[in-house]
Amino acid sequence: MANRYWNEYQKEIADDHYFYERSCIRQTFFPGSEAAFLSILRNELGKDICDSPHQHTCTGIGYHSDVVPFETTMTVVARLFSLMKESGYKNYVPSCVTSFGVFSEMVAKWHENPALKEQARAYLWEACKREFEEPENIAHPSDIIYKFRFELKPKMRYQLVNRFNGKPLRAVEHIGCHYAKIFPDKGVGKAEFPYVLAGMIEAWGGEVVDYPERRHCCGFGFRQYLVRENRGYSIANTKKKFESMEPYEPDFILTNCPGCAMFLDKWQYTISEMQNKTYDTEGYGIPVLTYEELTGLLLGRDPWQLGLQLHQVQCERLLDKIGIAYNPTEKYKGISGRINPMPAKPSCLKV
Amino acid sequence: MNNIIDYLRQDVRFGEALKACMNCGVCTAVCPAAEFYDYDPRRICETVQRGDEQEIEELLKSETIWYCGQCMSCKPRCPRGNVPGELISVLRKASQEFGYFNSSEKGRQQKQLMDTIQRNILEIGYCVHPDKVDPDYHPEQGPVWRWYRQHIEDIAPKLGANYHGEGSGALRNIPQEDLDEVRRIFEVTGGMDLKENVERQ
Repeated sequence: MANRYWNEYQKEIADDHYFYERSCIRQTFFPGSEAAFLSILRNELGKDICDSPHQHTCTGIGYHSDVVPFETTMTVVARLFSLMKESGYKNYVPSCVTSFGVFSEMVAKWHENPALKEQARAYLWEACKREFEEPENIAHPSDIIYKFRFELKPKMRYQLVNRFNGKPLRAVEHIGCHYAKIFPDKGVGKAEFPYVLAGMIEAWGGEVVDYPERRHCCGFGFRQYLVRENRGYSIANTKKKFESMEPYEPDFILTNCPGCAMFLDKWQYTISEMQNKTYDTEGYGIPVLTYEELTGLLLGRDPWQLGLQLHQVQCERLLDKIGIAYNPTEKYKGISGRINPMPAKPSCLKV
Repeated sequence: MNNIIDYLRQDVRFGEALKACMNCGVCTAVCPAAEFYDYDPRRICETVQRGDEQEIEELLKSETIWYCGQCMSCKPRCPRGNVPGELISVLRKASQEFGYFNSSEKGRQQKQLMDTIQRNILEIGYCVHPDKVDPDYHPEQGPVWRWYRQHIEDIAPKLGANYHGEGSGALRNIPQEDLDEVRRIFEVTGGMDLKENVERQ
């Protein structure tokens, strides 16, 4: 009976032949995560995924900041679908959670209002002399890793187990709001029981920590962060989450939205500078991982090629708990082979 | 003549955003903006639903409509299927169209957003890019971000990025012919008109 009900909370995720769309925020702050996702799909899972050189932003950040009209975003989405068609693919995989929401919104509106889809066709033809088809399937990359989490597990060198005490590592997961709050049917577990990240954590040996503000927004708020004068909104909402999770002493935070990952990392630094406050017991902060970074780490990829050195909250203590081998001298080495000088140290947050 | 109300109804999102609000206030209870600002999406739905042209004009001139963070936490909670966050998008579009955004401090920030986010889209094809995240404007990004910006040409390729390269990959330059098509979409669909309207006010 329980399984029958849970089946209603599942979504269809395509098996193979994906068209990948990069994320403005993920490639800015976590370029190693996008590279890891493509590599894992191609190498560990043997999947076919297209990374078109002609792709561009979906305009989602501009749309939700109200500097790009609905009709413009709709037609930009149509152009991206046109690139997918031109490349011979039918399964669309947007890296960004905001994009995932934008694509889901446009397709839903076209289904509700077919005349709107015809308007998108007309706009796209007038602007670009292009035609498009709707994808057969839209899945977030975290959906795909979730779908294949048990196939990946035997290939993993590490598990989410604390090697010092043998207990499961305790993780809090944060799902980007636009993954399942706008279109609940598009998310694994819908809006009420989002399981896309919890499924990975549990499958790979960890323990998911529930906490009161688990579903509260990370605080991005688009214009509430993008304009400096508004950032109090952003940090206040993130702080609310930290205060809520602090008593449970999580080992790390896992996210599927690139913006959330960045804010949950960087606001810990900012709060520490403002209030001499960290949310772990030893002053290092709570490490934040993207799901691509977590998957890559457990598969044995080098932390410094995944880009963990770009995080403000340092991850070495977590790597030590998992038992992941790493070379500290490689951390700041670039492609040139030169070891670059270290970043400045924060005044409070330990590094 | 109900100029504003007619304009709102012409927006394809309006009918879905506000069907019939019963003022239960669940949207306000769950709203991150309502915790931080003096902001109440329930009252916004009520004001628009009442349909008083003068009241709606005052709303479009106010700070209030700019407080929403567009997280859309309101959507799955509304028992009537309204989407207050989407209604806000419709109101913000109208506020910019009628020039009312200029009456509020938060509304005037649209000029800055137009000059950063929309400009980025048109010039480089991304909303956000490391070159555009200046550590001096973003001190909250911390010393690691400043370090990454200083050494990005050495570090980004190690992470698999194609920083300012040709072809595919993260942070590559988008070909000019693709940028031209994106710009043409903005011209055809009203994106440039919105920009010019905001800049002109």
